[in-house]
Amino acid sequence: MSEEITLKKIDTFAQRDEVTSPTETHIEAKDFSLYYGDFEAVRKVSMKIPKRKVTAMIGPSGCGKSTLLRSINRMNDLIPSTSASGEMIFDGHNIYARNIDVVTLRARVGMVFQKPNVFPKSIFDNVAYGPRLQGIKNKQELSEIVEQSLRQAAIWDEVKDRLQANALGMSGGQQQRLCIARALAIKPEILLMDEPTSALDPKATAKIEDLIGELRKQYTIIIVTHNMQQAARVSDFTAFMYEGVLIEFGNTKQLFTNPENPQTENYITGRFG
Amino acid sequence: MRLETRKLLDKAFSGLGLIAIAVMGIALLLILTPIVWRGSKAFVFKGTIEHRRVMLEQFDRGNPDKFTREYTEITAARAPIYKMMEDFEAETIAQISSMESQMDAKKDRAKELKTAARALKSDGKADEADQLEAEEDRLKDEAKELKSRIKEFKTARTEPYDALHEAIRELLGPMPGQRTPVLLRQQYGQTRWDRTLVKLHEVLYTEEWDYSNADAMGVLVETPRVKQFKGTRLEPFFQYLEEHIEEMMRPKTTFYWQFITDKSKDSHIFGGIWPEVLGTIYLTLGAMIFAIPMGVIAAIYLCEYAKEGRVISFLRICISTLAGVPSIVFGLFGLAFFLNTIQVSDSKSVLAGSLTLSLLVLPTIIRSSEEAILAVPRAYKEAALGLGAGRWHTVMTVILPAALPGILTGIVISMGRAAGETAPIIFTAAVSVGAPLKIWETLSQPTPALPWNIYNLCTEHEAVDEIRHVQYGMVFTLVAIVLLLNLFAILMRARISKKLRG
Ligand SMILES: Nc1ncnc2c1ncn2[C@@H]1O[C@H](COP(=O)(O)OP(=O)(O)OP(=O)(O)O)[C@@H](O)[C@H]1O
Ligand SMILES: [Mg+2]
Repeated sequence: MSEEITLKKIDTFAQRDEVTSPTETHIEAKDFSLYYGDFEAVRKVSMKIPKRKVTAMIGPSGCGKSTLLRSINRMNDLIPSTSASGEMIFDGHNIYARNIDVVTLRARVGMVFQKPNVFPKSIFDNVAYGPRLQGIKNKQELSEIVEQSLRQAAIWDEVKDRLQANALGMSGGQQQRLCIARALAIKPEILLMDEPTSALDPKATAKIEDLIGELRKQYTIIIVTHNMQQAARVSDFTAFMYEGVLIEFGNTKQLFTNPENPQTENYITGRFG
Repeated sequence: MRLETRKLLDKAFSGLGLIAIAVMGIALLLILTPIVWRGSKAFVFKGTIEHRRVMLEQFDRGNPDKFTREYTEITAARAPIYKMMEDFEAETIAQISSMESQMDAKKDRAKELKTAARALKSDGKADEADQLEAEEDRLKDEAKELKSRIKEFKTARTEPYDALHEAIRELLGPMPGQRTPVLLRQQYGQTRWDRTLVKLHEVLYTEEWDYSNADAMGVLVETPRVKQFKGTRLEPFFQYLEEHIEEMMRPKTTFYWQFITDKSKDSHIFGGIWPEVLGTIYLTLGAMIFAIPMGVIAAIYLCEYAKEGRVISFLRICISTLAGVPSIVFGLFGLAFFLNTIQVSDSKSVLAGSLTLSLLVLPTIIRSSEEAILAVPRAYKEAALGLGAGRWHTVMTVILPAALPGILTGIVISMGRAAGETAPIIFTAAVSVGAPLKIWETLSQPTPALPWNIYNLCTEHEAVDEIRHVQYGMVFTLVAIVLLLNLFAILMRARISKKLRG
């Protein structure tokens, strides 16, 4: 039984060029821990996230995937009484150092949330929100960025005729792709995605997965998912977490076909979680 | 629980809810109907020629030619009245002077007799002299008696006549050819038909209170005034007046919408309520100028910036307490602080009143804004922050626009509150009579305002009964302002949230 699932997953890698050699590191966590009050939700995680690759984070519910992901753009700062220890190194700097400007950090790290969270504004204004923040006022320039971002997010054809319509009138899948376009419009280096397809139907999910496949050429993508087939389909590397601890991190194919840790094997073969 | 029990409970619940709503609706109707009905009479009523005269002479409104034509006809209709009065006066004077000449004749005769008696005395004819003296004394007594009769006659004629004269002046205005009275209210007759009928009754009947039964309350006795003028030239006067009053006053249905925008003349006897309306507008807007920025900024601070802690909890308690403070206390505070301590102006002023009112509505604005801000989905905030927006930008571009319907609702409801509050402005801003203020005068001048003047007109006006319609008009206007503001809030809320929903 378990063999079968594993084999099935191997098939999905077949179409993909394999990443074997170690690549350039984009973000590195060093003994990184994150606390909610006294509760250590992420425990001394050390990992090197490679540049321009898709890294998937898997693990049972409550294991700290979202927390770790949100640590990368310091979204956890919003929650009172969080604290971090260890280092999270991005571009040679520890982003938890005192002199880091969170706003610039977030402008370099785009984020897509589990539930599409478009603003109650027009489609155009949604995508233009980030560029406007960066001080771009020129209408022409803004339009170009909006079009380019919407094209990148593979939604241009669907919305090009109603850019001034309220974004809340779109379908869930469209909204999620709009959120991706909005994140891309700030020209980030990293794209964080927290279960971006969990609220979508299979068709919309497929579209987003295709999109990730496109985007990985330009961006470092980190995606949290509960869907192991999705992780296998879209990612180059996979991290498996359990109770806040990073159990195993490595090449996706290898992790799925030949996990080093028995806990990983149990999880991916569906014995728990 | 069994299904039937649950159903029964549900039914009972919705039934009680419906009853509560119905009771509220009926109460509202009971309150509003008389206000609307009687208040509308300040705007739509039967106006007499005197109303049109006031409009033309005091407010420069109406067609002078048409008025002159009409007024000529009315003067003609009134002429017999005045003719009768003149006749009566002339008759009385004639009667008095005839009596006086009788008296004088007797006096003269007495004097003659006196000298004659003296001459007889010196001639030694004492008997004849005594006779003459007796005759003289008789004549003197008669003259004296005549004198007191003249006095009696005078009072018997002039006192009722003066009263009648006064009553006629109140009804029709001053008699033609008389010196113009100083007080404006005495320069015109009754402007409204309903008041005309009341005054007509006062002309036709005299009122007296009968207190003869010491154990009971006094009884009002009305006697026809005509009784006082039996047998004089004024006897037909009263019937004529009663029959021709419409020709003399020409009541016409009048739509006086300028009631709102006209100045008041002679403390609300004539004209409208513009100073009060304007004062209310100034005070309300002034309060908003201070309260909106303070309230919204405080709410943003409390929701977005403040770190929960003791100080913040204390602040929140303070805000709740402030919301519960009686409004008269705000009024006293405004007097003590804004006027006496920091002296924003030398006397009561719109500025001081606005500041006081702004404190009064501040808690409401903070609370409603806070609620509106907290109701903005966290996802919006995360999305904005995730795109690299700072806190300030997040607040300005995402949170405030989404919270706007709630914030605006709070603001408009506070406006209604500020417009209607009386106690806070008694000591800080309100006066009973005043001209409409220029905008810069609001910094230093007090103003009349609807809520205060409604109270003031009922309790302190020297002619309360004459101006009931003004009171009701003011109440109606104030209620209309508050209701319109609330309606506006509801519509605006619906519009904005529809826009937000897409
Ligand atoms: N705001 C918070 N305050 C306190 N504890 C929290 C908070 N958010 C998450 N946690 C706890 O931190 C742990 C990790 O949560 P996290 O959301 O990162 O899990 P997850 O792996 O993303 O789970 P899921 O797959 O269900 O999304 C959980 O035990 C959770 O209860
Ligand atoms: Mg999660």
